[in-house]
Amino acid sequence: MTRHVVAPSAEIAPGSRKLVNVAGRSIGIFNLGGEFFALLNRCPHQGGSLCLGEQVGLVLSEEPGQYCYSRPREMLRCPWHGWEFDIRTGQSWCDPKRMRTKSYPVTVEPGEALVKGPYQADIFPVSIEADYVVIDL
Amino acid sequence: MTEFRDLGPIDCDLHPPTPRMAELLPYLDPHWREVMLSRGIDGLELASYPPGSPLSARPEWRGPGGRPGGDLALIQREVLDRWGTRRAILNCLHGSMAMFSEDMAAALARAVNDWIASEWLDRDARLAASILVAARSPELAVAEIERRAEDARFVQVLLLAGSELPLGRRGHWPIYAAAERFSLPVGIHAGSAFHQPMTSVGWPSYVVEDYVSQATGFQHQLLSLIGEGVFTRFPRLKVVLIESGVTWLPGFLWRANKEWRALRPEVPWVDRSPIEIVREHVRLTLQPFDSPPDASALAAVIGQLGSDDLLLFSSDFPHWQWDGEDILPKALPEVLRSRIALDNPRQTYPRLGVRLGKECVS
Amino acid sequence: MSGAVLERSRTDAARLGMVDCDIHPMLRSERALFPYLARRWRDELETFGLRTRNPFVGSFAFPKATPALSRRDSWPPAGGPPGSDLSFMRAQYLDPYGIETGILQTLIPSGKDQRNPAFGAALCAALNDWQIAEWTEPEPRLKAAITIPAEDAEASVAEIERSAPKSDFVSIFLTTRTAEPLGRKRYWPIFAAAERTGLALGIHTGGSNGLPMTPGGWPSFYFEEHMANAFAMQPLLASLVLEGVFEAFPKLRVVLIEGGFAWAPALAWRLDKHWARMRPEVPHVRHPPSFYIRRQVWFATQPVEEPPDRADLRTLIDWIGWERLVFASDYPHWDMDDPQRAFKLALSDGETQAVFRDNARLAYRLP
Ligand code: FES
Repeated sequence: MTRHVVAPSAEIAPGSRKLVNVAGRSIGIFNLGGEFFALLNRCPHQGGSLCLGEQVGLVLSEEPGQYCYSRPREMLRCPWHGWEFDIRTGQSWCDPKRMRTKSYPVTVEPGEALVKGPYQADIFPVSIEADYVVIDL
Repeated sequence: MTEFRDLGPIDCDLHPPTPRMAELLPYLDPHWREVMLSRGIDGLELASYPPGSPLSARPEWRGPGGRPGGDLALIQREVLDRWGTRRAILNCLHGSMAMFSEDMAAALARAVNDWIASEWLDRDARLAASILVAARSPELAVAEIERRAEDARFVQVLLLAGSELPLGRRGHWPIYAAAERFSLPVGIHAGSAFHQPMTSVGWPSYVVEDYVSQATGFQHQLLSLIGEGVFTRFPRLKVVLIESGVTWLPGFLWRANKEWRALRPEVPWVDRSPIEIVREHVRLTLQPFDSPPDASALAAVIGQLGSDDLLLFSSDFPHWQWDGEDILPKALPEVLRSRIALDNPRQTYPRLGVRLGKECVS
Repeated sequence: MSGAVLERSRTDAARLGMVDCDIHPMLRSERALFPYLARRWRDELETFGLRTRNPFVGSFAFPKATPALSRRDSWPPAGGPPGSDLSFMRAQYLDPYGIETGILQTLIPSGKDQRNPAFGAALCAALNDWQIAEWTEPEPRLKAAITIPAEDAEASVAEIERSAPKSDFVSIFLTTRTAEPLGRKRYWPIFAAAERTGLALGIHTGGSNGLPMTPGGWPSFYFEEHMANAFAMQPLLASLVLEGVFEAFPKLRVVLIEGGFAWAPALAWRLDKHWARMRPEVPHVRHPPSFYIRRQVWFATQPVEEPPDRADLRTLIDWIGWERLVFASDYPHWDMDDPQRAFKLALSDGETQAVFRDNARLAYRLP
């Protein structure tokens, strides 16, 4: 498993996301209220660019006519057929056991630690003053 | 292999002749009796089943004047005795279900239900029946369900596939609440009130075209019940699709499942796949069984239903759905025969009170 | 049999020369039609706008799942709605997937459904000219379907005769929800014209006839409407068969588009069964319905069926016949199918060639 430094954490503000290319893979990095998540940008259904999908809330219901809205922006709707995926797990809401996109462990590391390696950060220079998003691949 | 009749099957769909007004008069109150007579109201057979049409009755299952269904003696001879029927559920396809006037519909439904009780159920203990209601008025429908539910021989509430509004719509829910309360499944029967065409592409020319399109009518209704969350709201409710054709179901479920994955947030109360919902809540009567031409395809379709619980035996007497002795689709697996004949109907219609002693489990 | 999984065979697909029977081009704006409309109808469009049997001026009766009912990544970077930019369509779809022939169906605006029939006929003619000038002439991979004001058979035949000589048209475009079931005699002149010109009849999901969306009345949700679209194909096909259209027009070729296909076998069994019983009512239907369906009807694949047990998909296609399916993507709509990944099934080379190319060549008489 290789650890990749993919972006300065300040670049992905809470509520926003960034698409990165790591080792030939397109991966979406999401910041949900300060927590980072990384998902493979490929929908397990028919291969749509999942991480370009709308970030929406989760609506559940106990009975018809009731709409319980929660977790704003924490669900990803595939830009093609609209299947919902939980950004925290990569699982599809309707078929969580069999239908999921790959999710990668993400950490935020201080630049100071990173300059020592063994990290891959080919794309940009790492400064010891900043924090960075690191994913395990 | 056990003879089918030795299983003592429960027949979940057969039709008494549609009563003429003269037969109903004794069961109408004085006001409505006078209305019917003074306005000359009669001829309330549903247009979905023109009496002379081959489909409406097998040639030997017609009474005097070709009337489909004949009389009790004919039903006893041709169905109950012949197939060793333990219990049989009468669905009277009377035009009260299509009447625009809610009050007249309710008065007629009441009369038909009472006619069924005295002229049929009282005369053969094997018979049970569905409750006719004025579906346009859920309030009146509930009143009739409550009135008739005291009589355990009424085991189901009957609605038409060609309804005025989709059956899942919330306006119908009082009916489902009452049905659930009294352990009455809701039976949706082929046929239309013809408040609109039997297709969404206009009025067809032929009876056979209408009849073929009934299957699509069932598909819409089932989707409506699922999408509106009827089974979420009424978790003990069972729905029986009567005379639906059956074999459209697997393809329907695949598609419904796919739609749900894409559009779930619009109907968030649909909290499970439509496939699971249908397995738990929906049953289908056997005849007509739109069977593929060969046995291996039949086995494949049965497999695609994905459950042995779904099908309920029905003769669909007097409708001409099968010839000779072929009351079951050919090549039905042996295990399924007893499920269909007995276990599934028994579980679907608890009010029948059929308990199985050892002698029946073959 | 190679058993190649189609998901993995992007390059093979490119070499295959795929035919896609359903691509939707879109006007950049209604004004894009102005060059093709007479002054009278430009004024109509500006003053009264498009009027169909729908409750809203600028929206659908059932709000769709996505803006412009399109997949979210199909908005052209240079502006305009999905499907309106040929170069983006090439870059996003035609080139990477190796589409050799794509058949255009222009759904919006609909000339078919206009409440003002003369305006509808003018719109159809304008859309046909627009399809040629702005799509098929600049992009030879694209072919088009002649859009017609179907409720007016005479005007439809005139438009077919005007447009058919242009070889870029490979079919006549109809929708499912016509005022009467499509098999009825009022539409027969259209079928005669199709036979005469050798053009296929592409019947696509949609249309607004003002009738309830279901035989049980109007539903509530897009969840229902979207699936009801597929249901409409069943009575439509029943109508074509039972009215005797295939008996009267034995050379007519019908492609049913965007209705899926899982319903087809059960419908054919049902038709055969009840036809046999009810023959006295339809003596003009001399053969079992399945005979005509197998002879003259093709099913476009989208939205592809996804049974939980994938083996059921193969069984299903076996029942329909591998020669009866033609691939359609429905690009750029949200419920489109990806040519390489939609079929969750290992197809043999022969099956791939049939479904993705050869069947469509036959159905549409492509060169
Ligand atoms: S490709 Fe993502 S939902 Fe279909």
